[in-house]
Amino acid sequence: MADTTKKKADKEPLFVVSKRAEMKFGKSLLVRVIAIAAALLVCGVLTLILTKNNPLTIFRTIVNGAVGNETRILETAYQTSILLIISVAVTPAFKMKFWNIGAEGQVIAGGLSTAVMMYYVGGTFAESFGNPLPAWAHTLLILIMTLTALLSGALWGVIPALFKSKWKTNETLFTLMMNYVAIQITEAVRVTINKGGSGKVDSSILVHGWFPKLFGKEYLLDIIIVLIITAIIYVYLKYSKHGYEISVVGESENTARYVGINVQKVIIRTMALSGAICGLAGLLIVGGASHSLDKNMAGGRGFTAIMVSWLSKFNPVVMIFSSLFLVFLQRGAKEVASAPGIGLNESFSEILTGILLFFIIGCEFFINYKVTFRKHTKEVTA
Amino acid sequence: MNNTNENCALRLEHVSKTFGRILANRDVDLELRYGEVLALLGENGSGKTTLMNMISGIYHPDEGEIYIGGKRVVINSPKDSYKYGVGMVHQHFKLVDVFTAAENIVLGISEKGGFKIKKSIAKIKEICGRYGFQLDPEKKIYEMSVSEKQTVEIVKVLYRGADILILDEPTAVLTPQETERLFAVIRRMRDDGKSIIIITHKLHEVMAISDRVAVLRKGMHIATVNTADVTESELTDMMVGQKVSLNIERTEPVDPKERLTVSHLSLLNKEGVKVINDISFAANSGEILGIAGIAGSGQRELLETIAGLRVPAEGEIIYNDPKTNEKTDLRKKTPLQIRELGVRLSFVPEDRLGMGLVGNMDIIDNMMLRTYTGGRHVFLDRQPSKNLAEEIIKSLEVVTPGATTPVRRLSGGNVQKVLVGREISSAPSVLMAAYPVRGLDINSSYMIYNLLNEQKKNGAAVIFVGEDLDVLLELCDRIMVICAGTVTGILDGRTAEKKEIGLLMTKLKEAENDG
Repeated sequence: MADTTKKKADKEPLFVVSKRAEMKFGKSLLVRVIAIAAALLVCGVLTLILTKNNPLTIFRTIVNGAVGNETRILETAYQTSILLIISVAVTPAFKMKFWNIGAEGQVIAGGLSTAVMMYYVGGTFAESFGNPLPAWAHTLLILIMTLTALLSGALWGVIPALFKSKWKTNETLFTLMMNYVAIQITEAVRVTINKGGSGKVDSSILVHGWFPKLFGKEYLLDIIIVLIITAIIYVYLKYSKHGYEISVVGESENTARYVGINVQKVIIRTMALSGAICGLAGLLIVGGASHSLDKNMAGGRGFTAIMVSWLSKFNPVVMIFSSLFLVFLQRGAKEVASAPGIGLNESFSEILTGILLFFIIGCEFFINYKVTFRKHTKEVTA
Repeated sequence: MNNTNENCALRLEHVSKTFGRILANRDVDLELRYGEVLALLGENGSGKTTLMNMISGIYHPDEGEIYIGGKRVVINSPKDSYKYGVGMVHQHFKLVDVFTAAENIVLGISEKGGFKIKKSIAKIKEICGRYGFQLDPEKKIYEMSVSEKQTVEIVKVLYRGADILILDEPTAVLTPQETERLFAVIRRMRDDGKSIIIITHKLHEVMAISDRVAVLRKGMHIATVNTADVTESELTDMMVGQKVSLNIERTEPVDPKERLTVSHLSLLNKEGVKVINDISFAANSGEILGIAGIAGSGQRELLETIAGLRVPAEGEIIYNDPKTNEKTDLRKKTPLQIRELGVRLSFVPEDRLGMGLVGNMDIIDNMMLRTYTGGRHVFLDRQPSKNLAEEIIKSLEVVTPGATTPVRRLSGGNVQKVLVGREISSAPSVLMAAYPVRGLDINSSYMIYNLLNEQKKNGAAVIFVGEDLDVLLELCDRIMVICAGTVTGILDGRTAEKKEIGLLMTKLKEAENDG
């Protein structure tokens, strides 16, 4: 027996990682604050060494770029709201452990049908009721745009869900491919609308069905709609029977079957909801802001949203802050790249963003696990 | 025992192992001679696999010593066990599907100098030729039948130079023809001087293949005898032991009436094999019907079929409503449809956290699983579940920081109290419980027995699937014994003999050909 204990002591690791019980909210908040502070410190040192710039100038530029004046504040708020609504949209599916990476395509589907309605239905209305459209026709047009955006987004989400429940296809590949389908259809429609012209379908072509400006402020309507949807989904997931079913299916399909939940129905219903909200995001982008048809309208946010959703542990309220944080950094980074007198390009600010994210995601490890260092005592051999 | 016994390939002395409060092995002495086949016989949970895992380095004994070839050894890992010439073939194969047989066999061996697969293949062929294995070393695992995979596992062990082979229930997955072939190979290995331990609970196989039999019961070594000197009936006696009095309360059934009638029920599994074969029985109100059998004889499938989780191939499941005397066929009904019919069918499944409960949800939300559809509007009403959770925590003495603790954080006994508490809260007219006391300590077990008895007194038809025959004999009014998906007998719980049940559990019929 003696020789085994000695052998064990030789191999004893330096530290042990063990899962910890739930950490108190205050303490976990402190860990996160420390993580951000550490990240900023590393960013600052790196800036100093690599670029010889004063890190404080860089930080100030980032803040200035994101919220420097009213236009920038509004733009940041709008960008945040779009990222937020897509994050909220993907959440029910991910909570159900349905690996939907097709939010991009679902957003495009919604935006595309919005643009189509603006161009064709808006055009017909203008011919019949006069240009500019009378108020009632304008309202009707926006209603039609909303309806079709919701439906086409839902359709884009339901198709992979149907295939999964009927033939057990892999939803990750399927939803990814649906993205490309949406992009190609958008390209085809764009070329069809602007035949012979520049090929661009912008605000000079999509002239009807623009969202009204609330209090004379651009994007404000979009932002309000997103906040309402966020609140609704928060309540839906936490307090509704549907939300409960989503949690049960996500945690254990066996349990769901055991209590008689129709798993296939829940999957299809939830994907329809997820897709519909993505479609709504497309509507907000095209009808509420860009007034143009562009295959890049989602701009990768369908993927970023997945990160936001997981980072916020599927809590829509937390997502407000996560998406704000990401957009803030993005916008600041743009400013760093273009501000005179710094002489840096966007790559450097992306490095900074990367460092911040690394620390923030990394600190989750210390919130969930405990690291105990072994006391290194010399083995006394008898 | 004689310390200088030189014809012992392997000797265990006073080996004990506990897992938490569960005693898996207690003070086991075991002896394996050179060139013999030793059968290790015992019921489920008698500690056979744990004991063998300690020899093959998966567990380390808490107490006791292991001698190999007369020398004291310490085995800390499977690698150590190979060093001492011990190789174990597990019930669940550990092979890489996309590799060939030869690649799997050499996987993990570090040889000095260059490695040539051709040389290994030649060695594999030589081993196969010597013992009569039929194996193509270059065939990929995913193209193989179960029996071929098993052959790969055995050759793998031999390739590593094992002289002591441990086979954990090798025949469970084989057809009778394949079993015969395996036995022929085992005999040839024995004649070549290898020592073999074979774990099984099929008595006729023990008689057919082994030289000696070691019987384990409740973690203890009962006896080792020469196979030629015993009969199957004597072995059963040793395996199940004398009746132990547990003092579980059992009242006379009051006014029993047929509540659930199952007739000619058959069920196919995914592979199309009959896992339930023409089962007929009735569960009466105010009575506990026990189901006894070796694990995997179709108990789980039977309960899941009644609960509406599986669709039977044939047969009927008739529910007799106690109030209206109406008969309803539950066959092909989903759990939800069954509930909507007003049938209060409660089910405590074997897999508590994977099926009965959601581990990451708190106690309140788990209470809600059965009732969340209640109420008219789209929102959940958590209040009744919260009350129920608090009531169960209090009345069943669930040890938990609070009702909002995720159930996966609770200990096994407390998890079970939460599950049983929820299932009986609906005042069931049929209550099915699969291994409800598995892994529970004595106090929690008795609390569960009391709860089942209470339901019986309330007039529910209780179906209890158990593994401890002593418990079945003291708790149940009638005991149905099943073996490989077939009912081999329904006995009166008050007069049945333990040995009788043991024989019915293990006695395979002639026509039987799946494991």
